[in-house]
Amino acid sequence: MRVFINAACMVFLMQAGLAHAGLKVFACEPEWAALSKELGGEHVEAFSATTAQQDPHLIQPRPSLIAKFRQADLGICTGADLEIGWLPVLQNSGGNPALRPGGAGLFFASEGLDMLEIPERLDRADGDVHPQGNPHVHLDPRNMIPISKRLAGKMAQLDPANADVYARRQATFEKVWQGKISSWEAQAAPLKGVKVVAHHKSFSYLFDWLGIVEVNNLEPKPGIPPSAAYLNKLLAELKTEPASMILAATYQSNRPAEWLAERTRYPIVILPTTVGGVEGTNTLERLYTTMISMLLKTAQAESSS
Amino acid sequence: MRMFRIGALAGAAFLLLMPSLTQAQNGGSGSGFNPKISLILQGSYADYSEGDSAVRGSLLGGESELRADGFSLVETEIAAEANIDDAYRGWVTLGLHEHDGETEIDVEEAYINTLSLPQGFTAKFGRFFSDIGYLNKTHSHAWDFIDQPLGYRVLLANNYRDDGIQLKWIAPTDLFMEVGAEAMRGASFPTNCEDCSGINTVTVFGHLGGDFGTDTSWRLGIWHLDGDAEGRQSFGDGATNEIFDFTGDTTRSGVDMVVKWAPNGNPRECHLIVQAEYIIGDEDGTLDFSDNGTLGAVSSAYEASPQAWYGQVIYQFVPRWRVGLRYDWLETDNDLPNNPAGQFNNLLNNDDPQRISAMVDFSRSEFSRFRIQYNRDESQPGGEVDNQVFLQYIMSLGSHPAHQY
Repeated sequence: MRVFINAACMVFLMQAGLAHAGLKVFACEPEWAALSKELGGEHVEAFSATTAQQDPHLIQPRPSLIAKFRQADLGICTGADLEIGWLPVLQNSGGNPALRPGGAGLFFASEGLDMLEIPERLDRADGDVHPQGNPHVHLDPRNMIPISKRLAGKMAQLDPANADVYARRQATFEKVWQGKISSWEAQAAPLKGVKVVAHHKSFSYLFDWLGIVEVNNLEPKPGIPPSAAYLNKLLAELKTEPASMILAATYQSNRPAEWLAERTRYPIVILPTTVGGVEGTNTLERLYTTMISMLLKTAQAESSS
Repeated sequence: MRMFRIGALAGAAFLLLMPSLTQAQNGGSGSGFNPKISLILQGSYADYSEGDSAVRGSLLGGESELRADGFSLVETEIAAEANIDDAYRGWVTLGLHEHDGETEIDVEEAYINTLSLPQGFTAKFGRFFSDIGYLNKTHSHAWDFIDQPLGYRVLLANNYRDDGIQLKWIAPTDLFMEVGAEAMRGASFPTNCEDCSGINTVTVFGHLGGDFGTDTSWRLGIWHLDGDAEGRQSFGDGATNEIFDFTGDTTRSGVDMVVKWAPNGNPRECHLIVQAEYIIGDEDGTLDFSDNGTLGAVSSAYEASPQAWYGQVIYQFVPRWRVGLRYDWLETDNDLPNNPAGQFNNLLNNDDPQRISAMVDFSRSEFSRFRIQYNRDESQPGGEVDNQVFLQYIMSLGSHPAHQY
């Protein structure tokens, strides 16, 4: 027991000594780890709990995640119930009061944004719907500006010694980002009105931003994988309202998309829904650039064929 | 006894809870502060070729019998949780089940846990499932099979849960390291004190865990439970009124391990879970045998050191479909010097009960599951093979369930 107390005291001293070395960030998704690095640079040590190959709805509170959660100064999650299956477990067992519900170290990116697809009724018969709306807000890069403002404020509050660094870097980020949004929008103009079938409602914010039309989904209801009967029905519907490509995320099964592609001859685009999803998407900027160029390439190949 | 058998109360509890359920869903005024409530409906169809609830060489605790033959509601569970304020969170699970033709309300868990202790400490108090073992904390609706492993059924009456307090500490390291201890009333098996006073059961446990690359995660555990039993009652097979009454020291110790694998750590498409636990018990005291209420008719010194082991594999090969295989083994080793008229014969049957189970389950969404399971059970006193077949459903209504590790 004495050894245990000594160990606990040493840990206390160690932590007290390191308290101002910067911020340890626990990001629920890779895009928030990337954004915190944009704003914090070397003052931030960011860990992402998930990768682009993992479905953020279906994460298990693994021991390694509890261990990282325990040590974090700042937790950045999407919110809007995206992490409802696992974040509460980390909060209950992670022993980190800063990141407890309502804790000063917890930041939800979707707070205060205009959410898409807020359900008019809440019924599980509609699938795994999110009461606060579609949570995949990061796929509209315009959302990054208000999020980065709030996040820089939160980082300054938690690490006042570097407050001016965060403010300065946020201002630079915002300026550069505005320019990039304009150039992406110009580049993506041909995508306006393009009709697509998406696996899950993962891309609604991207479509909303670029004017892409989602005519149908591979999932009959959010979170419910398609059955053969449903896919046949979808196939019939696509005869009357055709699309020009099928989109899936890197963490979703290709099988339903391949089934449909075989019968409709639509090309499949596996989009990286977040940072690190495919080769060359290791920053936020590269993520949007890559998504747009993948979509443009497919759309141009389609229109020329 | 923590059960109260008042059917009317069960109805009243439902009536009280239902308005808040509907309000929470409609987002009515003020309902934002209502606890997150979920109802879990479980039912089964069971068929046994033998169906003896006793286990060879073992003294069982309460609630350890086989599921009812034929159709039955296994359990209807109401769970509610909410943050109490910025420092505490509360959780309650009420189980409603049938017992001898009456509906019982069982306060399965009712505990508070702290959210704001510094330096990686958390405390929990009230009634809760102990953190010993890997499966002990798991509620029946989250089990991978319809029943617990034999070792859990025989040595912990399926789950050890009790009234008390728990303190846990997590190390600030990337390798997950956790140690904890619990001080409990001792009202549950394996102590079951009738007139409890003070602390009758204490436990300690430690866990290590982490990832191997992105695909694999693991956890190892070690634990010990130490209790004083006074008048702990176990029943003989249901046909008679035999009661075994144990007084003495009782301990349980165990190690557990689980490894989970999913390509890219994404369990949506494909998921493999391999787990195994070993439990060893030790009992030292006296055993009184009674028939038809004449306690103390025969008494003997009693020493036992049962050991149990199980290993299981669960494999989700496509989204929504899982198959599972489990092997259970139990070794009983009992010493009862006084056995004048063969009252303790079942306990002196010191061979090794075992069981093999196979299951397939299907989950349309995260909220529903159907399961079919077969057990080849060679643990019953007669020594015959019991072929057991189960069909089961588990449905969750209301708020989103938390994922388990």
